[in-house]
Amino acid sequence: MNEHVAPEKLTAKDFATDQEVRWCPGCGDYAILKCMQRTLPEIGTPREKTVFISGIGCSSRFPYYMSTYGFHTIHGRAPSVATGVKLANPELDVWVITGDGDGLSIGGNHLMHALRRNVDLNILLFNNEIYGLTKGQYSPTSNVGTRSPSTPFGSVDRSLNPCAFALGAGARFIARTIDTAQKHMPEVFKRAHAHKGASFVEIYQNCIVYNDGVFEEFTNKKTAADEQLLLENGQPMVFGKERTKGLRLNASTLQLEVVTIGDNGVTEDDLLVHDETNATLAQMLITLPRPNFPVILGVIYCDPVPSYDQDVMAQIAQVREKQGKADLNALIRKGRTWEVA
Amino acid sequence: MTIKDSSGPAGDLRDSVVVRFAGDSGDGMQLTGSQFAVSTALAGRGLSTFPDFPAEIRAPVGTTFGVSAYQINFGSEDVMTAGDAPDVLVAMNPAALKVNIDRIPEGGLILVDTGSFTERNLAKAGFDSNPLEGDELSKFQVIEIDVSKLTLDAVAEFGLGKADALRCKNMWTLGLMLWMFDRERQPITDWLSEKFAKLEAIRESNIAALNAGHAFGETAELSGGLKQYHVKDAKKTPGTYRTVTGAQAIAWGLVAGGQLAELPIFFGSYPITPASSVLHELSALKAFDVQTFQAEDEIAAICSAIGASYAGNVGVTSSSGPGIALKTEAMGLAISAELPLVIVNSQRGGPSTGLPTKTEQSDLYQALYGRNADSPMPVIASRSPSDSFYCAIEAVRLAVKYMTPVILLTDGYIANAAEPWLLPNLNELESFPVSFATSDDIDSDGRFNPLKRDETTLARVWPKPGTAGLEYRTGGIEKAFDTGDISYDPANHQKMSDVRHQKISGIANDIPLQGIEQGNSSGDLVVVGWGSTYGPINQAVHRARQQGLDVAQVHIRHLAPFPSNLGDVLAGYRRVLVPEMNMGQLITALRDKYLVPACPLNKVSGQPFKIQEILDAIHQNVSAQAAE
Repeated sequence: MNEHVAPEKLTAKDFATDQEVRWCPGCGDYAILKCMQRTLPEIGTPREKTVFISGIGCSSRFPYYMSTYGFHTIHGRAPSVATGVKLANPELDVWVITGDGDGLSIGGNHLMHALRRNVDLNILLFNNEIYGLTKGQYSPTSNVGTRSPSTPFGSVDRSLNPCAFALGAGARFIARTIDTAQKHMPEVFKRAHAHKGASFVEIYQNCIVYNDGVFEEFTNKKTAADEQLLLENGQPMVFGKERTKGLRLNASTLQLEVVTIGDNGVTEDDLLVHDETNATLAQMLITLPRPNFPVILGVIYCDPVPSYDQDVMAQIAQVREKQGKADLNALIRKGRTWEVA
Repeated sequence: MTIKDSSGPAGDLRDSVVVRFAGDSGDGMQLTGSQFAVSTALAGRGLSTFPDFPAEIRAPVGTTFGVSAYQINFGSEDVMTAGDAPDVLVAMNPAALKVNIDRIPEGGLILVDTGSFTERNLAKAGFDSNPLEGDELSKFQVIEIDVSKLTLDAVAEFGLGKADALRCKNMWTLGLMLWMFDRERQPITDWLSEKFAKLEAIRESNIAALNAGHAFGETAELSGGLKQYHVKDAKKTPGTYRTVTGAQAIAWGLVAGGQLAELPIFFGSYPITPASSVLHELSALKAFDVQTFQAEDEIAAICSAIGASYAGNVGVTSSSGPGIALKTEAMGLAISAELPLVIVNSQRGGPSTGLPTKTEQSDLYQALYGRNADSPMPVIASRSPSDSFYCAIEAVRLAVKYMTPVILLTDGYIANAAEPWLLPNLNELESFPVSFATSDDIDSDGRFNPLKRDETTLARVWPKPGTAGLEYRTGGIEKAFDTGDISYDPANHQKMSDVRHQKISGIANDIPLQGIEQGNSSGDLVVVGWGSTYGPINQAVHRARQQGLDVAQVHIRHLAPFPSNLGDVLAGYRRVLVPEMNMGQLITALRDKYLVPACPLNKVSGQPFKIQEILDAIHQNVSAQAAE
């Protein structure tokens, strides 16, 4: 018999498989994978109690490279499969890996319902604003005018904002990060894991082959500080290389505006303070238009309520307590029966 | 040969009687019929029912398309069908008479509520003149009773409004039928007392109407026409019985299957007629090791069940043809990932939305062939409401033993019809406990192959997430036979396709040999059926044999793979007749597999076969055979 001995303290290596990673060289997915392999030892859930479930697309190859349980399912349906896994065994940590096409186009319905039910899943949506695996067609998050094999004259349909979709679907945890943000991303993963209920994380992920540089204007190291606002709960919304810019609520228009501390008497006290539990604020932050506003990163919204799986188990326990031990022999004999001698 | 749905002669039904209750969708005909069935069952008679209702929940009052009917056949012989032609029709309004008149054989008894034969209702039903006044109905015995007025009189003292008071008409009618067929009123009054425990006026009014209808029968002998029928008791195997519908039997069979496999059942489903009743039944059984999940669509329903199977439950999903079509891609995933799964299809008329509330068995092609690529899957079919219990257990057994999705076919008729069921002792059923993979399954080199197979069944091991050391990845991409890793290797794909095929065909060695229901193992003609045509085929062959014809009956439960001896069984007969409620689907599979020159008998009217229709075809085939 082969005794399985778990190593005492797991490392990133322990979460890697022997499978050759088959993403294109330079793909943003590598960075996300490395980050996850680094973060899981910190989270501390053993490998056997961790499951990665994906749909179809480049990002959905992710489970093959994690030495946990994994299920690479069919296009768009990962949230449904994951819901079944979680309900069958609520003790498992279930991560869903999806993309903008998989999660928001063919699988939009399932993503919506997993979020509104609040199933305890950690859903990571790799948004590269393009269909990679099918060779570069535009996706539901592509900007208007995107030239692709299926839109040679530019796409004309308007794009979807993934975090706004999640908030509209009733998600209670919404965060955003970037594939290259190796310091920030682990913190987002840990927060998503800690949240009991559906956690939605949008990751801006660069597709080096079909949509290279689409996020360049805010991921470029030279301009990142001026173009990114990293939220911290309870802290004023400050950004910029010199930390002098911030967001303020204009009470007369009910809109946010960018202000500079020191200009026109603006002080830090005038800036909005982030409150993760404020859905109205979350809506404003999520929908801030580029390029006039910085891109908002971090935990945008977190307002927990009991998760679906918890409520399901509670109801089952309640019924079982009330009805006592179930006996199928007795059940089929309940009601009107008759004897034939 | 295709049969149009037309009424035939009543046949030799001396020992049994067929009653059809017909009225408006809102007249409570399904309730009246099912309560009459209960009272009949409790009186120890064999019975079979056929609820025949419109797809609309409440179609406009008085219209022909709003007519809802409930037919029951009961008697002393082994009752296996809801009866060819009603001996008694209860027509609660002109539309009910209009729709059902063609079903009544000459001399049949028609009871009408004259109170509803108003000019307005006659016009709505499309009558130019009142049929009760002309000689249109002269070949029937017509009993005209103002049920509306008599009901209003009977319940007057309880102070209900007129609309509520008229709702008791169905109980008045039921009371009269209980008298006519010598049935007990007590079960019905017990049921009413329980149902309306907190609504005194409604409870008392319904009971009063029931009693008044019964009393009317007792005292109305002078008015002529009404005569009491005494029906002989059916001969039955001793034991405890109850009535059961197919939906109940499937739900209970799945629970039993889970217990025998010693695993929880996870049931993911999306509402669809006529399959929803299985979801309803199981949802109430939370005290058992059963979880139900109403998904956002058919695809999510099957995918959640696949997820549950991946996690170590028995995943089950249930739908009807259109919903099954949506689940197709996910079935392929379960085949590729080799996970257990049960897919129940309560078939209905199609294509597309088709006839949602009418029965058909036209999804056999879909079950056998309806997936992309080479994707074999076992298919079994239930023959009756009570048989569904055992078929559900068998589906669970095959799914967990062979790590495969299994399709269980039933239909709208089976799902909703009721029949007496000799209750089994569940402790006597053979269990098939599942063993998950353990660390013993890890190879000597320390690797774990999730595709490690049982040498006999070819089923792969079932690793349960949560088990340390067996962490594995799977999915819809082709996997290497030796490691379970993804593989695009040409030889490996051939090998894996071969294994998938062999695994499913090998099930033929693990199911009962094909038996012969009645008749000899060789002869002039064998009638081969599957699913809910069992009853009419059985009765038709029985009568043909009584008439001296050399006919046998074979009924197939396992449609994929077929029992290993089926070809030999069929080879014993000079002709093969295959009646199906489709345009000829089983016959394709039989011809394909055994090259037998089978003759079809097809009916797709949304109504079950009549015994006579099959009997006629038997006669034609036997005389054609004699002429050859």
